[in-house]
Amino acid sequence: MNGQLLGVEDLTVTFPARGGRTPVVDGISLTVAPGEVLALVGESGCGKSMTALAILRLIAKPGRIEPGSRIVFEGREVLGLKVTQMRALRGAGIAMIFQEPMASLNPVQTVGNQVIEALRLHERVGRAAARDRAAAIFERVGIPDPRGRLDAYPHQLSGGLKQRVMIAMMLVMRPRLLIADEPTTALDVTVQAQILALLRELQNELDMAVLLITHDFGVVNELADRVAVMYGGRIAEQGTRAEVLGAPRHPYTQGLLRSIPSLAHRGGDLEEIKGTVPSLGSWPAGCRFATRCPKVFEPCDGQVPQTVSLSETHHAACHDVARDQPE
Amino acid sequence: MSWVGNAIVAVLLVAGVFIWMRARRNRLWREAMAALARRRRFALIILGLYVAVGMLDAVSWVGGGGVQGVAASEARSVIDRIFKPSVFREKSYSAPFASAEFVGGAALTFPGRHVLGTDILGDDVLYKTLKGIKVALLIGGLTCLVLIPLALLFGVSAGYFGGRIDDVVFFVMSTLASIPNLLLLIALIMALGKGTLQVCFALGITGWVGLSRLTRAETLKLRELEYVQAARALGVSHPTIVLRHILPNLSHLVIITFALLFTGLVLSETILAYLGIGLDGSWGRMIDQARNELSRDPVIWWTIAAASAALFILVLCVNLIADALRDILDPRTLRERA
Amino acid sequence: MLAYIVRRLAYGFATVLGVLGVLFVLFFAVADPDEMAIRAIGERASPETYTAWKHNHGYDKPLLLNPQHSWASIGRYTDTLLVEHYERMLSFRFGRSDSDDTPIWTRIREGAGPSLSLTLPLFVLGLLVGAALSLAVAFFRDTYIDRSVLVLCMLGMSVASLIYIIAGQYVIGKLLRWFPISGFDTDPSMIGRFLAIPILIGVLAEFGGTVRLYRTVFLEEVNRDYVRTARAKGCGEIRVMIHHVLRNALLPIITNVVLAIPFLFIGSILFESFFGIPGLGALTVEAINGNDFSTLRTIVYIGALLYIVGQILTDICYSLADPRVRLGAEASG
Repeated sequence: MNGQLLGVEDLTVTFPARGGRTPVVDGISLTVAPGEVLALVGESGCGKSMTALAILRLIAKPGRIEPGSRIVFEGREVLGLKVTQMRALRGAGIAMIFQEPMASLNPVQTVGNQVIEALRLHERVGRAAARDRAAAIFERVGIPDPRGRLDAYPHQLSGGLKQRVMIAMMLVMRPRLLIADEPTTALDVTVQAQILALLRELQNELDMAVLLITHDFGVVNELADRVAVMYGGRIAEQGTRAEVLGAPRHPYTQGLLRSIPSLAHRGGDLEEIKGTVPSLGSWPAGCRFATRCPKVFEPCDGQVPQTVSLSETHHAACHDVARDQPE
Repeated sequence: MSWVGNAIVAVLLVAGVFIWMRARRNRLWREAMAALARRRRFALIILGLYVAVGMLDAVSWVGGGGVQGVAASEARSVIDRIFKPSVFREKSYSAPFASAEFVGGAALTFPGRHVLGTDILGDDVLYKTLKGIKVALLIGGLTCLVLIPLALLFGVSAGYFGGRIDDVVFFVMSTLASIPNLLLLIALIMALGKGTLQVCFALGITGWVGLSRLTRAETLKLRELEYVQAARALGVSHPTIVLRHILPNLSHLVIITFALLFTGLVLSETILAYLGIGLDGSWGRMIDQARNELSRDPVIWWTIAAASAALFILVLCVNLIADALRDILDPRTLRERA
Repeated sequence: MLAYIVRRLAYGFATVLGVLGVLFVLFFAVADPDEMAIRAIGERASPETYTAWKHNHGYDKPLLLNPQHSWASIGRYTDTLLVEHYERMLSFRFGRSDSDDTPIWTRIREGAGPSLSLTLPLFVLGLLVGAALSLAVAFFRDTYIDRSVLVLCMLGMSVASLIYIIAGQYVIGKLLRWFPISGFDTDPSMIGRFLAIPILIGVLAEFGGTVRLYRTVFLEEVNRDYVRTARAKGCGEIRVMIHHVLRNALLPIITNVVLAIPFLFIGSILFESFFGIPGLGALTVEAINGNDFSTLRTIVYIGALLYIVGQILTDICYSLADPRVRLGAEASG
């Protein structure tokens, strides 16, 4: 955890379900170094968004972060912060942008005022000065006619522009960590590329770390330095981009990468991972992927796999990988 | 007309059994009913008691020993027979469980047997309260029986066929909805007369617009669903689509609205009773006739208390059940469970 | 925007015509003028008196077609009760009461004041209390405060308004003797004492329904994505409630509020007759008891008219308040 900007250890988030509480995020650990981009990948429902919300302590009741979880940001215990300290952290130290920009912007407030609000929550700035800074950041994120757009309402803007507004709003305080939850999923393909390019520029310019949540490996390839793959609330595999995308060891990661259609294999069948994700509460007892894994064998059903280190940076939680590993 | 009451009870029982058997086959409904029984057990039991008493009062026949003051040829219900009203009667007020008359102190014919006391005519208050159950169920149930099919007919036609039909129906709905409910009610009853059927009819007319609007909006949404469009493409006829696809998806709306309407209607009747145009034997009537009793000295409270309590409990139970149903039958939760 | 208003007004006018049609069917087609005359002047008057009464009250023309005029003349269709009814109502010439011959418009004008003096404070107080409490409940959602308020609301909604009035009169007027049970006085210094009980009871009676409704509105907003964004920016809960939730929840609330304004004039039938307030509600009860169809007709018409006006106002207010409607659909960017 030392030297890391963000450290998450044993994070568990539970929700009430029939007969008790079920973990949606089950004891995951990850780190983000200053200025690096960590991509958190997985299918819908694997708990990646919950992880992001947990870091900012935005989990709504009846969800709960279980004691025993630990989140450290710039050396401070996030879970122990007081309410006022947490509020100061949100939007300024750690910022978060969301998936659906239309629903995530206040429909009856001008976009300019929403950015100005973000500013004035953390800094004492006069109205005029705040407007100038808002216009400046609008220009930085590529919104044409920035000063004029300050008085626009969200519904008057296209999807791409709305997402730029979100980015502006969250970056105006120059946070050290940006959590981006599927920032391009709801956008058109051409706009996606623009937003990704913008994120890369800003990340470089502000020397900002990014925790990028996505299910799209194309996005991962564009932006990520390191990758963590999640399944069933647990981390299946993590490592550098070269390691995970180039030489995946966990059967789930391998299945995911194989199922990406590629121009190189034209005419062949589409590969898929057999079966479907079990619903919440009906997870198998041992390895969560056991019901769908092509390499399943004895211990998988009953024992939770331990994390195995394949190199200093590359780790996987799989019995099959463990038995291949000399120890 | 004792056979009317008996016939209604018979029909209701058969319909109830029929619905029960259909519901048992459908998994979603079974789960919904189980969830309801779990969450509102108490309210359901009380409502069941009310319905049982109401049915007992609806079943009536001629015969049995002649009773003083009542012709042998008059039909009497189960409740009537239990309480033997004419014989059970006192001369005037008496407090609950009292052994002497309230005013004057003369001895009662049945000392200590009037659980809720007697009213100004000497009638047992418990007896009148129980008889009021049938009237309340009648107001809510009979009216809804007429109102709901009517509202569905208009709402679904407007939503499904659209165009001219929609314009006409929507205009009629707006017009009726623009007249404040109570005023429309009064206008209808003044014009049509004050009998039971007319009052129920008037209540029905003021109630159908709301449900109609809801079904119209919902039908508009349903019509655009892919499987409905697919059915049209396959050449399925309109009536079949409506019966198979639209109506079943409206059932949750209908049930919840029915529960809400029921309480609204029963409460409206109390206002009508106050204005002199309520139904005979209803709790509203009881409250209206007894409203000045509270200003007497010493206070006579039992008639109003009994009628108010009976009304309150019924309305509360139905409200609780409707509330739970709204959560359970929320289409989102139904879909997630499926 | 202007086109919208014009269309709205036109539709409203069409609805007014529809309402007048319904009233015509109810009050003219169903009721018998001879019976009404007998009811008004008794059974032993001469035929001329009956005819004169019917003429004075406008009941002596045929309903739809007047056979006294020839086929060709327009009088055949216009010299009828139907046309006269529309004409009179639309020009606000309401004529005289069926039971006591007083001019209806005068009675209405006199009754509006007392009605407003009750309904206006009742409405404002009920709104403020209801909205404040629901906002607080939304703030404390999922706690025992939320649940207990919900239970209270459920209980409150299940009591008939008649019971509230009777019990309220008894408790406050007789037991506690705080205020007089009923009566009315136009003198401003006295008016408060008489209105105190009805206003208190009125707010109490509506409390359950209002809080429940607004609570639902607030809770729907609180769970939206943009609220999450506000928190992620660093907004505190209170600021979230007031600046974000309330501002968005105002839209459905406005609908409710503006729609209720017409009813302030009509007064409350129950409250006015129980508390002896000589407003329009009391006038309605009088008309019912006296079988006074012409007054009743007029009151229902005015009620509907005000409601239609209220609906139009609501639509216009909503369009002004919601920037999505006011400024139109998406622009490109």
